[in-house]
Amino acid sequence: MTPPDAAWENAILAAGLFAVDPAGLGGVSLRASAGPVRDRWLALLRGVLPPETPLRRVPCHVEDSRLLGGLDLPATLQAGRPVVERGILAEADGGVVVLAMAERLSPHMAGRLAGVLDHGTVRLERDGFARTLPANVGMVALDEGADEDEATPEALLDRFAFHIDLGGIAAGATAQSEIPADDIAAARDLLPWVAASDDVLDALCGTAQALGIASIRAPLLALRAACAAAALAGRDEVIEDDATLAARLVFSSRATAMPPAEPPQPPAPEPEPPAECPPDDSPQSENRPLDDVILEAVRAAIPDHLLERLQAEAASRTKSASGRGGAEQSAKTHGRPAGVRRATPAPGLRLNLIETLRAAAPWQKLRRRDGDTDPSRIRVMRDDFRITRLKQRSRTTTIFVVDASGSSASERLAEAKGAVELLLADCYVRRDEVALLAFRGKDAELLLPPTRSLVRAKRSLAGLPGGGGTPLAAGIDAAAALADAIRRRGGTPALVILTDGRANIARGGAAGRAAAEADALDAARSIRGASFKALVIDTSARPEPAARRLADAMAAPYLPLPRADAGAISRSIRAAQAPSLRP
Amino acid sequence: MAPVALVRPVKETSPERAPERVCFPFAAIVGQEEMKQAILVAAVDATIGGVMVFGDRGTGKSTAVRALAALLPPMRAVAGCRYNCDPTQHAALCPECRAKRAAGELRSVRVPIPVVDLPLGATEDRVVGALDLERALTRGEKAFEPGLLARAHRGFLYIDEVNLLEDHLVDLLLDVAASGENVVEREGMSIRHPARFVLVGSGNPEEGELRPQLLDRFGLSVEVKTPTDIADRIEVVRRRDTFERDPAVFAARWKREESRLRRTIEAGRSRLPAIQVPDAAIERAARLCMALGADGLRGELTLIRAARALAALEGADAVADSHLRRMAPPALRHRLRRNPLDDAGSSARIERAVTELFGA
Repeated sequence: MTPPDAAWENAILAAGLFAVDPAGLGGVSLRASAGPVRDRWLALLRGVLPPETPLRRVPCHVEDSRLLGGLDLPATLQAGRPVVERGILAEADGGVVVLAMAERLSPHMAGRLAGVLDHGTVRLERDGFARTLPANVGMVALDEGADEDEATPEALLDRFAFHIDLGGIAAGATAQSEIPADDIAAARDLLPWVAASDDVLDALCGTAQALGIASIRAPLLALRAACAAAALAGRDEVIEDDATLAARLVFSSRATAMPPAEPPQPPAPEPEPPAECPPDDSPQSENRPLDDVILEAVRAAIPDHLLERLQAEAASRTKSASGRGGAEQSAKTHGRPAGVRRATPAPGLRLNLIETLRAAAPWQKLRRRDGDTDPSRIRVMRDDFRITRLKQRSRTTTIFVVDASGSSASERLAEAKGAVELLLADCYVRRDEVALLAFRGKDAELLLPPTRSLVRAKRSLAGLPGGGGTPLAAGIDAAAALADAIRRRGGTPALVILTDGRANIARGGAAGRAAAEADALDAARSIRGASFKALVIDTSARPEPAARRLADAMAAPYLPLPRADAGAISRSIRAAQAPSLRP
Repeated sequence: MAPVALVRPVKETSPERAPERVCFPFAAIVGQEEMKQAILVAAVDATIGGVMVFGDRGTGKSTAVRALAALLPPMRAVAGCRYNCDPTQHAALCPECRAKRAAGELRSVRVPIPVVDLPLGATEDRVVGALDLERALTRGEKAFEPGLLARAHRGFLYIDEVNLLEDHLVDLLLDVAASGENVVEREGMSIRHPARFVLVGSGNPEEGELRPQLLDRFGLSVEVKTPTDIADRIEVVRRRDTFERDPAVFAARWKREESRLRRTIEAGRSRLPAIQVPDAAIERAARLCMALGADGLRGELTLIRAARALAALEGADAVADSHLRRMAPPALRHRLRRNPLDDAGSSARIERAVTELFGA
């Protein structure tokens, strides 16, 4: 429903509103691959921001000392007293920070950024400094995510007014689009005086509710966007057009429910109301409540794919979007600092400059007495060198591979789910990560990427449907691929396969028991070849020879479910993981 | 009415410092009664052990906690003490105050109860305290610069997004919260100072689970949900918008309500020791915990203390069933020997057990 040029139009409108009130609107999530369209948008934004506005780029894996600030070592060494260095966020006070590769931001980074958005300040409690530095910033998150799982972290999306997808826009469509920079400057001056009536506020809240938007930040951001739109149009009061525009831009990407369309609606296609155009016409909507007008506009702006998904999932969808903390958490931690020790710097060891300085500091007066009188230098001796000790903890990820096919029969599936829940509880106690793979029909599906969040694990498990063929080989292959990815990231994968072993879909998707079983055994042998830890739980009513063969091919312990009470399964898994689990 | 009370002005070497921002008034928070009640109860009795607030994004978790600072009555502390020593507790004085006392120079002043924010990204040296870098660099002196734990002594330590806190900091906090004492062994210094604080945390369960050991440290646990009632939602947005347009004016408008709340807390604190806890109430609490299979004595103790604080807050003379009933969910929710997957279940189980025991 949103043709590409309309999408570009919306993106431009959002840029204009954002430029009027960057800190108030929080930010823009810009989903697009690197390329001319994205560059064009960023250039436009740069063009409309007042020239003196700071614009800083934040690399994805920036260190805290650069992001938040800390001890400025060169200046400290030169001055002979501690000098604080402002981080990127504080440097960008009053301006905009651009977050590169936002889909790769760790939850820790997202938490820091979200805190700064909430307070407009950076609380610095680092390297012996305690400061609160002003950091009123708006953010632009460059999200290059390839699929739905990869996106700007929810904690930030919730605080950003605009989520723009530039994906379907051709570079040609972006040709002539301008926002007059003078207008922005004037709007910024006007903004503090813009007021919105209670009707507008009620309508925005009502619309958000009708669209199933749970977060209370959404209507608040829409209200600010409406004020910015009014200011941009030179008005000191928010009118219907402003509210409609704001709702369209802020709500369309967040909608989780489609309100039923009112049947007796006259065929009145909403004209795209550009923010700059004067408010000369709104006669046909005069007699309709504001809620409806806004709702209609948002409905028209909801992207196609989102609409389809909403309609398909309307019944099953849970209200809150699933977070993705777990997966990211593991992606970033490659050993955590575990203190500091005295050592001589050598290749592969990271010198901890601050701790080194700390070690050297108390001796300065003494060392100065030994002849050298230049007071501006700090004397660092070999004994002072400190290195950061990193503790590499190999994180165990238990991959549950669940056979959800028809042959595993629905009541068995329920039991298998029960077993997985018990195992999850066990993983929870051990702080393992879990991932959930299911196979049925023709293919295997990753229901849950590695995570530590039980809420998510439980949710995706509950939603697992049953029935269809048994593509066992595909399931094992998918598990092996995931296990391989985990191992390459430095983790320790362990597979728990719940199946009756009776495969009937071969690797190519063709039906046929013999070929399917051969493929499954072949896949199982690759598990042994890669020496992944594995455990096969036979979910059939009576112990099934096929499942036993599968376990043997994997060199994995075999456990029939009827005898597999929670304790036994848990012990088996622990035994399977034992050699690598505990450091 | 400073929003964040600083015991001692933070050492300042550069003039750039954001002006203290006016906090959103606690009284102006719409709905979220369970959370507000738990926070007030924890403010009345520090021995309950703080609050953990779990909830959806944008539900005002951190707003509520930060607004608490403005409601707390002042306390007495030794003048000039870096650890806010309590002048009446002679045994718990820090060495400096002990020396002062011996010299007869112990003076006490009224200071705000500290509510210290532990920001993500804080380094260990600022949390536990470390060598004062400035004095070391400029004067070659070895002096201890107390950290956030020292500042939080006798007050509150608030951690937003507590599940995103680095593991080594969590370990450290657990240790200090359990012992009430911060032991620093760094840079050849060996310092120990009292650090008893009420731990207040907030977080979103979707960002990852909290370590059970840490969860257990919190006396109360509340869950907040986004309001679904449209009138409430409109009111939330309206107040927030009005606040942001002019915080000072908004705060002034709520001043009376805030004072009322402050007086309620103050009165609750002074009434607390006199609140009767009848044997029947203790027995009921014990039966409830037994029926629920809540682990250990902690649950029981917390429930009694929380009910007593609630009674004090509401001006009652003794703990009654109504107090126990209302404090049972936050006091026990996170202590049930639970199936950790059964997230919706704990509250429902408590409801059921309460109804069975107390009658509908």
